[in-house]
Amino acid sequence: MKNIVTKLKSFPRDTRRDLGNYLIVVAAFLLMQAALGGGLISNSMEGLLVPICAYVVMAISLTLTVGILGELSLGHGGFMSVGAFVGVFFSMATQNSIPSDGMRLFLAFVAGTVAAGVVGLLIGIPVLRLRGDYLAIVTLAFGEIIKNVLNVLYVGVDANGIHVAISDEKALHLAEDGRVIIAGALGISGGRKLATFVIGFVLVLVALFIVQNLVRSRAGRAIMSIRDNRIAAEAMGINVTKYKLMAFSISAALAGAAGVLYGHNYSALQAGKFNYNMSIQVLLFVVLGGMTSLRGAMIAAVVLTVLPEMLRGLEDYRMLIYAIVLIAVMIFNQSPQLIQWRARMAEKLPKFGRKKEKEAK
Amino acid sequence: MDFIKYLITGISLGSVYAIIALGYTMVYGIAKMLNFAHGDVIMVGGYMTFIFMNSLGMPAILAVLGAMVVCTVLGIVIERVAYKPLREASSLAVLITAIGVSYLLQNLALIIWGSTPKSFPSVVSIDPIVLPGGITISGETIVTVVVSALIMIGLTLFINKSKLGHAMQAVAEDKGAAQLMGINVNATISITFAIGSALAAVAGALLCSSYPLLQPTTGAMPGIRAFVAAVFGGIGSIPGAMLGGVLLGIIESLTKAYISTELSDAVVFAMLIVVLLVKPTGLLGKKISEKV
Amino acid sequence: MALLEVTNLGIAFGGLQAVAQLDMKIEQGHLYGLIGPNGAGKTTVFNMLTGVYKPTEGDIILDGKNVTGKSPEKICRAGVARTFQNIRLFDKLTVLDNVKVGLHNQITYSVLTGIFRLPGFFRKEKAMNEKAMELLRIFDLDKEANLPAASLPYGKQRKLEIARALATNPKLLLLDEPAAGMNPNETAELMETVRFVKDKFKIAILLIEHDMNFVMGICEHITVLDYGRVIASGTGDQVRNNPKVIAAYLGGD
Repeated sequence: MKNIVTKLKSFPRDTRRDLGNYLIVVAAFLLMQAALGGGLISNSMEGLLVPICAYVVMAISLTLTVGILGELSLGHGGFMSVGAFVGVFFSMATQNSIPSDGMRLFLAFVAGTVAAGVVGLLIGIPVLRLRGDYLAIVTLAFGEIIKNVLNVLYVGVDANGIHVAISDEKALHLAEDGRVIIAGALGISGGRKLATFVIGFVLVLVALFIVQNLVRSRAGRAIMSIRDNRIAAEAMGINVTKYKLMAFSISAALAGAAGVLYGHNYSALQAGKFNYNMSIQVLLFVVLGGMTSLRGAMIAAVVLTVLPEMLRGLEDYRMLIYAIVLIAVMIFNQSPQLIQWRARMAEKLPKFGRKKEKEAK
Repeated sequence: MDFIKYLITGISLGSVYAIIALGYTMVYGIAKMLNFAHGDVIMVGGYMTFIFMNSLGMPAILAVLGAMVVCTVLGIVIERVAYKPLREASSLAVLITAIGVSYLLQNLALIIWGSTPKSFPSVVSIDPIVLPGGITISGETIVTVVVSALIMIGLTLFINKSKLGHAMQAVAEDKGAAQLMGINVNATISITFAIGSALAAVAGALLCSSYPLLQPTTGAMPGIRAFVAAVFGGIGSIPGAMLGGVLLGIIESLTKAYISTELSDAVVFAMLIVVLLVKPTGLLGKKISEKV
Repeated sequence: MALLEVTNLGIAFGGLQAVAQLDMKIEQGHLYGLIGPNGAGKTTVFNMLTGVYKPTEGDIILDGKNVTGKSPEKICRAGVARTFQNIRLFDKLTVLDNVKVGLHNQITYSVLTGIFRLPGFFRKEKAMNEKAMELLRIFDLDKEANLPAASLPYGKQRKLEIARALATNPKLLLLDEPAAGMNPNETAELMETVRFVKDKFKIAILLIEHDMNFVMGICEHITVLDYGRVIASGTGDQVRNNPKVIAAYLGGD
């Protein structure tokens, strides 16, 4: 035991923090499992476990874009919906051809993640060359457009393959054995709930593993150097566009994975679920977590998903409170004057403490 | 004939975008920030006009003036409380805060006025003109186009001829140097927000007169489209905002008529991306290069 | 053949000709100075040499290759590194990581190697750490390796910028006012370091500086710019006695 402790202490601080994050996730999982086994968890809370995992993955994903890359995405809900629809569509379409639930879900994850990553890449290629404000606008627009398109999209399968149509079920021209899977504004219904808390937990660990290791590698340093000073990064021979695109599409892919998880937790799936509010909520996780902290964002995601459930009476005011908290935290954390003021206070406080100690002696 | 009808609708809509875009462009030029909440100030302007007219029975013109006063105060308060503390912070921090303000206004409106759309009475009481060939130009269209043209002319004169206008140009060019020349930078930025917000109130009243459904999200999409218009015309340029706004309105109207209503936003944003890639400074904007 | 050959280089911003008809030749392993009054266009020359600005006329030939108008990233890879007048460090990264960003194209491994911690990752990271620490030791920054770059005092930030630039393994190093804001002791120390660096890494150095003692003290060749044009070029003594230079600095006509 002592050996392990000394070994841990010899690691650099960043490595210890990363390991600490895995530990927190594993501990939280085990605690919940124990509580579930002991019947301490209410039904409504149990139903939240998979969505919480999906939100934690979203928080990890957006931290990569906002905190590590320093760009703003307001369309993460859109990437999540791409993952959800592609993933659930895949597992429903292959219900008969891939009998194993586990295999089908795994492949659905691959499909949804890749699809969202590719969409992220396609949006990123033109937009990441531009100033940050434009990226925010275009991703916001993308989220809305994806929602509009999914609302009029009809997709069905029959023996001849996949049929796609806009705005009408009849236009699919399905054969007799065919069935409609995505039905416009009604979305997908009749899906099987394949997602479990264990799968969600594994997905959180995978997302954490990918982002943490990326950050502590050559590519991660390149990404953060662009955030800190683009001009200096270019002058150091960093291919700015390449690394921005890399970070953004990995982030989009992870949001897609979160969507696959989320989509497989319900029997019905509608595009309206992944709206602007969802993107803002995820942004709030990241801001509350301290912008660059994965741990902070994960904790904020859990707290902000559980809290409204416990404060049902405040439902009407939830969004309003979110907005106020978002503004207050931004000003408190980012205002140069307040940062200086906090530094001065921090200097005073410990001194005050030390004096008391001396007096006690 | 249909084409001309759609064109007129487009110009009318575009004139509203132009008024909104002026607000974006001025704030962007002077405070170097994207005021995300600008679109929601339009919504507040719409509700205020509605309340002044319907509940207080004020005449239309007074109602709009009242809404302008409320929005001006709102604009100044937003700037002072939310944006001013972050003036030296990263642009990402300011942008996120502005999104927070936008979200705050929308949800406040939701709590106060509810989500049910209100049917907005037109502020315009001019009779439509019927052109030969059976094309009708509504009173709303006439007023919208005339008002936006007047606003642009007035604003251009104000910026180029008045002392305050010169101060605004100086702050846009170089905040530090302007301060050294004795210009009150904080006051200038406040005035910019005040003007932008007053214009948003006018835009709100005109927008709701042509499209009479008023709800908390009324301002959001027109706000974003107007931002696209501002970028399209060249951010920071007043004639650019006007040109961009009108062009965008026409494109939107024609897309809805001939392509698809659902895809009209997609077309607008595809255009934004193309413009930004081909000519990032917009049609009438000037190049801003980063100092190294 | 000279390491860097600049011929007839010029740039205009709108109607303003910021630099015109600039000719410069920099030999391998030499120390050059670029001086001139404020606003003479010195930093503009640096920005053209490093690809931040595209010249509107003229050629920049580095080691026989034409690099005119190439992107900053490509020019860095071709062997030109720089520091900035207004320090541009990666503020939130540690001192060590700042230098490791400089090593980005020197010691490489793929993204997947990084994410999945394949064997190459540990070996390459170790090599990077060793190389970076070696550079930090030269500038006496090794004790601060794990501090955020922004927390360093001003003088050390300037040194870190040089260390970071050297990490890119340049043939030519451009220093933009390296002694700005330093006291005479620090300046003298910096002079020693610059000479040491030039000999140890066998590179050519071009520097912009206002501190005349510094420039005259270490530069073998000096070019003087005024209003974007070369008004004198030669050794320290030749330049010092040139009437045009005296006029430019004393404001005569």
